[in-house]
Amino acid sequence: MSDLEDLYREIILDHYRSPRNRGELAVPPASRAEGFNPLCGDEIVVYLQLDDPAKGDEAVVQDIAIGGQGCSISQSSASMMSAAAKGHTVAEVRELSSAFKSMMSVHEDELGGTVAGAPEDADLSALGDLAALRGVVQFPVRIKCATLAWNTLAEVLAQAGVATSE
Amino acid sequence: MTIDTMGTPDPNASAPTRPDNGSALDVPSIKADFPILSNRIDPPLVFLDSAASSQKPTAVLDAMRHYYEYDHANVHRAAYDLAEAATNALESARAKVAGFIGATDPAEIIFTKNATESINLVARSWGAANLGEGDAVLLTQLEHHADIVPWQQLAAEKGFEIRWIPLTADAQLDLSDLDRMLDGVKLVGLTAMSNVVGTLTPVRHITEAAHTAGAVVCLDACQSVPHTPTDVSELDVDFMVFSGHKMCGPTGIGVLWGRRHLLEDMPPFLGGGGMILDVRLDGFVPADLPAKFEAGTPPIAEAVGLGAAVDYLEAIGMEVVREHEIRLTAYAMRSLTERLGDDLTIHGPAEPDLRGGVLSFAYRDIHPHDLSQVLNSYGVCVRPGHHCAKPLMRCLGVGATARASWYIYNDTDDIDALAAAIEASGDFFSP
Repeated sequence: MSDLEDLYREIILDHYRSPRNRGELAVPPASRAEGFNPLCGDEIVVYLQLDDPAKGDEAVVQDIAIGGQGCSISQSSASMMSAAAKGHTVAEVRELSSAFKSMMSVHEDELGGTVAGAPEDADLSALGDLAALRGVVQFPVRIKCATLAWNTLAEVLAQAGVATSE
Repeated sequence: MTIDTMGTPDPNASAPTRPDNGSALDVPSIKADFPILSNRIDPPLVFLDSAASSQKPTAVLDAMRHYYEYDHANVHRAAYDLAEAATNALESARAKVAGFIGATDPAEIIFTKNATESINLVARSWGAANLGEGDAVLLTQLEHHADIVPWQQLAAEKGFEIRWIPLTADAQLDLSDLDRMLDGVKLVGLTAMSNVVGTLTPVRHITEAAHTAGAVVCLDACQSVPHTPTDVSELDVDFMVFSGHKMCGPTGIGVLWGRRHLLEDMPPFLGGGGMILDVRLDGFVPADLPAKFEAGTPPIAEAVGLGAAVDYLEAIGMEVVREHEIRLTAYAMRSLTERLGDDLTIHGPAEPDLRGGVLSFAYRDIHPHDLSQVLNSYGVCVRPGHHCAKPLMRCLGVGATARASWYIYNDTDDIDALAAAIEASGDFFSP
C-alpha cells in the first residue's frame, strides 16, 4: 500500500475533492481547448484569459477555469495547474510546464520551449503542490492522466495566440 | 441452448452441482490448466478481465509449440511433406472452428487478424459494393467502436445513413420502433452481447425483422462465442465475427463467418499473394473461398492454437460454460450488493440470465481509474475506462466504468476477493 499512498498523497485527494478554479469563462474573450485521454475517457477543458496576448511571453494569465471529468490524478493535476498558473506570465507558465513534464519524465517540446536536462535536474521546489504528483511516475499508465491538463494548456495557449516563445 | 434462449436454461441440462460454489465446473482443476494463474502469486492473480482477453491453457500453448517444432512451413503450393503438414494444420483448425459455430462449410470461415479486421472486411467489401446514397445501416447504441467506426468511415465515402437502435434504462435494446427503423436498411450491425454491461441481445428476433425488410445482419459475437453455445444456422445471421484471444486462443487471429453466396459475390478485401487464381499485366482473377479473403501468409500457428482452444472448450462443453457463468454472475450481483449496499451501482440488466459474465459498476464516487488502481494492489485485475463504447457510456451518463468479467477459471473466491478489494478502496479514498 505504500506505493499507493505515494500515488494518492493527501494534497492530491484534496484537490480532487475540492477542485480549484472549476467552471467556465466566456469565449471570447477567453480561449478554450479540450483534451481527451483516449484510453480511459478522461476529459479536460481549459479556459484561459490573458491580459494582452500581444505581450507574448510577458502576457499574464488573468483568469483560468477548468471543466471536464476524470480520475483523481487528471483532475487534481488540472486543479493544481490552474492554481499555479493564475496571475503568472506565459513565460513562467511555460517554465512550470517544463518542470512538471520533466518530473513526469516527459521531454517533448509541446509548449514551444526547449526542455533541457534530465528529470533529476528539475527544481521540484518551483512546482509547489504539484510536486505531490511525483509518485505518478511509478505508475507509467497514469502519467497520461497527470499530463492531460498540461497538454490541454499548451493547446489553449496556442488558441490564445501565444503558441511560440520566440 | 442458443444465444436467444439463454435466458431460460433447461434445468434438465444441468450437470450435478458442486456444493462449494454451486458450479458444474471443476474450477480448481481448470485453474490448474492455466499456467499464468499459478505463475503470478504475489499477490495471487485474481484475473477478472477476460472480456478484454482470456488467459491461455497449456493445451493451446503446447499445440502452438508443437506446430513450430514439428510441422512449420509456409502453407499451400509446395510439394514437400512439411508444407503439407502445415496446410493440414491450418485447414484442420478451420474445420474445427466451423464445427464450433455450427457452420457446415469450412470454406465459409475466413481467418483474419482479429474481429476488428473481420468487420472492416465486411464493410470494405460487402459494404462498399452494396451501400450508397439513399441506403441505411442500422447499428445499436451498445456497439463496440469496432462495429461503429468502420461504418462511419464508409458512410463518409458512400453517403449512406447510419441509424441507431436506442437503449432502455437498463441498457437493453429498445426495439419498440424496430420495423420503422429498418425501412431502407441494407445491413444491421449488431452485438450478441455488450462488452460493457453484458446485455444479451435478441439476435434471432432482430434477424427475422431485418430479413423481412431485406437487410443482411452482421453479428459481432466476440463476447458470446467464447461463453455460450453458438449455431449460425439457428441465429440465422448472414455474417458473424469473433476473435481467438477471448476464447482461450492466441492473439493475432480473428474469424469472419459468412454465407457462401454472399462471400462469393463480394470483391476481395486485401490484395496480394494467396488470394488469386491468376495475375496478368492487365488484371487478376481472385481465388475461391476462403483463399480469396486471405491475402498473404495466414496466421498458421495462431489457427492451430485456436483449433486447440476449440477442442479445450468443447471438452468442457459450452452449455456448462454458460451455466457456470450465469451462476457466477448471479453470485457476484447478489454478494456485491449485499456487501456494498447502496454504495455500489451495477450498470445494465438486473437479471443475471439476461447478461453475460460482465459487470460494469461504480462504487461511491471513486473514479473507475482510481478504483482499479487500488484493486490492482490486491492483485485484482479489472478494467477501467470507456471499454471502446463511448456512445454507450453517454447513454449510461458516465465517462467511464470499472468492469469485472469472468470465465471458466473464475470462481466465487475471485468474486469475494473483488468485493474485499472494493471495500478496501472505499477505506482508502474516504476513510
